Amino acid sequence: MNAEQISVFLENTPGRLVEVTRIFEAGRINIRALSLADTSDFGILRLIVSDNEAAKRLLKQNGFTVRITEVVAVEVEDKPGGLHRILEALAEARVNVEYMYAFVRQSGQNAIMIFRFDDSLRASDVLHARGMRVVDGKDLYAM
Amino acid sequence: MIFNEEFETMPREALEAIQLRRLQATVARVYNTVPFYRRRFEEAGVSPADIRSLADLSRLPFTTKTDLRDNYPFGMFAVPMDNITRIHASSGTTGKPTVVGYTARDIQAWAELMARTLMAAGARRDDIVHNAYGYGLFTGGLGVHYGAEKLGASVIPISGGNTKRQVMIMKDFGPTILTCTPSYALHVAEVAAEMGVDFGDLKFKAGIFGAEPWSEQMRQEIERKLNLKAMDIYGLSEVMGPGVSIECIEAQNGLHVFEDHFIPEIIHPQTGQPLPCGTPGELVFTTITKEAFPVIRYRTRDLSVLHAEPCRCGRTLVRMGRIQGRSDDMLIIRGVNVFPSQIESVIIDAGHFEPHYQLVVDRLGNMDQLTVRVEVNEAMFSDEIKNLQTIERELERNIRETLGVSTQVRLVEPKGIQRSEGKAVRVIDNRKL
Repeated sequence: MNAEQISVFLENTPGRLVEVTRIFEAGRINIRALSLADTSDFGILRLIVSDNEAAKRLLKQNGFTVRITEVVAVEVEDKPGGLHRILEALAEARVNVEYMYAFVRQSGQNAIMIFRFDDSLRASDVLHARGMRVVDGKDLYAM
Repeated sequence: MIFNEEFETMPREALEAIQLRRLQATVARVYNTVPFYRRRFEEAGVSPADIRSLADLSRLPFTTKTDLRDNYPFGMFAVPMDNITRIHASSGTTGKPTVVGYTARDIQAWAELMARTLMAAGARRDDIVHNAYGYGLFTGGLGVHYGAEKLGASVIPISGGNTKRQVMIMKDFGPTILTCTPSYALHVAEVAAEMGVDFGDLKFKAGIFGAEPWSEQMRQEIERKLNLKAMDIYGLSEVMGPGVSIECIEAQNGLHVFEDHFIPEIIHPQTGQPLPCGTPGELVFTTITKEAFPVIRYRTRDLSVLHAEPCRCGRTLVRMGRIQGRSDDMLIIRGVNVFPSQIESVIIDAGHFEPHYQLVVDRLGNMDQLTVRVEVNEAMFSDEIKNLQTIERELERNIRETLGVSTQVRLVEPKGIQRSEGKAVRVIDNRKL
């Protein structure tokens, strides 16, 4: 099972990011991982949180534009060449990485990377075939 | 339905005879009672006796907003203060407001014209008018109010603001006619949606929207979102207030000018030459029945066009086209003339933007930069930067192809553009010229 990520549109002005964290604090929502992509005028905040539905609802109530996107969480060996092995496998299968970022917690001895692929299904197949572990969404939110 | 069959469907010849008689009387009166007009007429070498036909109107000098300001507050009044029963003033965005006065008869005439206006837009005695134009110095609120009473309709004098309460009243009182600015109408629709109120369940049949320029695309948007027929109304306090002209519900194609009270002209905005029907230019009005505050050839700065062809509603009154912009709203961006309403059309035509936008003009070095701020919405929001940037670039291209001007489109958060309860602020010009 792939994981769900929340994406939020933010204007590139002071105080917007803190508004998001304020809403999460009030809603008792824990941020598991995040990445911020930005241009000169706007940014997209991408988050893995403890409760997607509640996070989405609270953000929308507060006037944010929110979208849920499917991402793939992959266990990466925490040693030199760990990430390379994964990217190599994907490149061979012609799967494109739109973006990626690191998860805060570890899974045992392994790190976790969050990927957005142009073709998630194909990416999952490739990873499974190579014996790489894809972390289930449910497990991820609870980590 | 027509409120005043006699005057609204009068044969042109008879109407023009009345216009000439009233024009002559007005010109003679201002010459004798308003020192400003006597001086201007003398400077132009024209006297009231020279007005022998309607064509002679063009011999009279223009009156401008500056003239009204120079005579602030009461210098343009043509009757003594003990005959004035009402004073209104236009919002003074630059300096002092423009002050206008009314006699008791002016107020009656205005009520009659607003009753005609409401009926042309589909209102009847049994209608309930939700009047969200501002009450106060602004002519919108009281103008509609008196007209609705004259018509015999029920009026809810809610004025502007407190939008949630407005929606509650719309739901509970079941008004059938909505009057407000077009930008506020869209704001009300938005707030209603947030409150879970569907305009399809309300009883509105028509809305009368004006006091700011709006586009045909905006009309379609309002009609769709508010589930009513949207009619364009025109008026300005200097001439009277709302009710100078109105679209009829039968045709929704041009605004009938109440020519038994006002003579419209279209002139070339630079040369001042009168232009024939069908040629766009600046609207000029002469009032021919007003007692307290008559104006002679008042330059409105509003750009429009006159159409003389008969209308299927039966009115013989000339129609003016939707206001294309104000000559003083016109932005000159690197030498290209741009009206906010033109950009509005492109934005709404794109299909996926909310009809809220703002134009910001800056001067960077010696170059003008026009930034168009539009709101992101859920349908267009993708998780990827490049998709949002594609949306920005597409709108920039559409504007460039339609208007010939390069802009920078900026997506902002929903509600990132301030909602107005009266006239929307569409342009922020930061240039220091």
